Amino acid sequence: MDTAKVLDVLNAIGAKIEEQKEYLTELDNVIGDGDHGINMARGFQMVETKLPTLADKDIGTILKTVGMTLVSTVGGSSGPLYGTAFMKAGMTMAGKTEMSLEDFIQCLDVAIEGVKMRGKAVQGEKTMLDAMIPALDAMKAALTPDAAPKTILEIGVGAAWEGVEYTKTIIATKGRASYVGERSIGHQDPGATSFSYILETISNCL
Amino acid sequence: MKKIINAVDQVENQMVAGMVKAYPHYMKKLDCGNVVVRAEKKEGKVALISGGGSGHEPAHGGYVGKGMLDAAVAGTVYTSPTPDQIYEGIKAIATDKGVLMIIKNYTGDVMNFEMAREMAEMEGIKVDQVITNDDVAVDGSLYTVGRRGVAGTVFVHKIAGALAETGAELEDVKAVAQKVIDNVRTMGVAINPSTVPAAGEPGFHLEDDEMEVGIGIHGEPGTHTDKLKPADEIVDILLEKILADIDYSESDVAVMINGSGGTPLMELFIVNNHVADVLEEKGIHVYKTLVGNYMTSLEQEGFSISLLKLDDQTKELLDAAADTPAYKEA
Repeated sequence: MDTAKVLDVLNAIGAKIEEQKEYLTELDNVIGDGDHGINMARGFQMVETKLPTLADKDIGTILKTVGMTLVSTVGGSSGPLYGTAFMKAGMTMAGKTEMSLEDFIQCLDVAIEGVKMRGKAVQGEKTMLDAMIPALDAMKAALTPDAAPKTILEIGVGAAWEGVEYTKTIIATKGRASYVGERSIGHQDPGATSFSYILETISNCL
Repeated sequence: MKKIINAVDQVENQMVAGMVKAYPHYMKKLDCGNVVVRAEKKEGKVALISGGGSGHEPAHGGYVGKGMLDAAVAGTVYTSPTPDQIYEGIKAIATDKGVLMIIKNYTGDVMNFEMAREMAEMEGIKVDQVITNDDVAVDGSLYTVGRRGVAGTVFVHKIAGALAETGAELEDVKAVAQKVIDNVRTMGVAINPSTVPAAGEPGFHLEDDEMEVGIGIHGEPGTHTDKLKPADEIVDILLEKILADIDYSESDVAVMINGSGGTPLMELFIVNNHVADVLEEKGIHVYKTLVGNYMTSLEQEGFSISLLKLDDQTKELLDAAADTPAYKEA
């Protein structure tokens, strides 16, 4: 994946978030404060306006800029979490103009570490990590030297959506959703959902 | 929704602009957003920054001035400010002595302030932080991210601010801030909710004969809804939780009866009348009492009681001079 492709993928992610804006907000209304879709869409709209200025930059700079933009426009908790994820990935890709499948997996790995650190969260607390970690694990397990990126990504997407289903069965213990305690059971996590849309969009672009 | 505003999306901007126009000799606004800093930057002292969502006025902008904060950052109503705003605030006030961030324990606030800290540290600015968590209502119950930081935070501003003003080192200012956090407990109640302008609807619903016990400062649920009771009985409920949390017996305390925004001073004094009596009965000595709107929740009707257990150091710092729009000590 070269720089131009990365920019295309980021545009596609923005379009997907915009398309799912109301659905994500609805999910958040039930167990959070009802603004996840609105906030994410606002962030990616700002990202879209910045992408044309990044055409001649390396992938690290592009991802870092996306992260910084999300942090400064999304707000609440999603801004710092997604922002950190993209910034950590950006640091991994510093100076590079090509992204391999191994690079992508490495990006997801550091993004997860970033989200854990920022959110002081672990798997099983009904957060985006419950989609991110299964996706990473599944992709790592399926990785072989001659594996086609799209095949591996599709495996990751499947695991991410399974993770979203899993979030319906557990109690939220982090963030605002923890206010509703046991009443959060039966509802899927909006952050895990938005992550799964993002991964699905990347996979569909390959 | 009935409010004296011009446009929902201008509420925060116009509030901050109006505050700065009211107190130009205390503060000025930075160009990068709703960040206010002291009118004259003071070198040679640890700089204090706090902030959070708007809607808690006079917190935190009202505490910018001599002997308290050097900067306050205001997000949208009840929503944490973003790291870039906080970072600009840190940069504007940073001195060689360093910067202390006073953060209320809410998930978004902690994350955004910590990101700002990392950005500032990359620039070589020395930054440390304390997280206030004085609310005894929610410990281990609904709020598994830990107790919330509420009105007791104002005592942290006052006491840490007073020590910082003397030119003390960052470690010492942090230590005294943490001492206040360890010794202050708060609990609140609401009888009518607030309406976030952008939401247009009240955050929760109470019948005419109901109250929400253990309320936070963003209209979050408390421990339970109860039948409205006479003021003295409400005080008894709140004090029981507070006094059970740390041992105040035989000690000197500072009391804050904090209005939520929509409750008249008359009612706050009625509350204090009984608070003072109960404390005297229990042999707890009231060293200083503050009654008023210190950390509000828009137009919410309700109040909180904060009790700060004092020692010689914190007494002296509580008495030290402060000159800010919302808190003055001669």
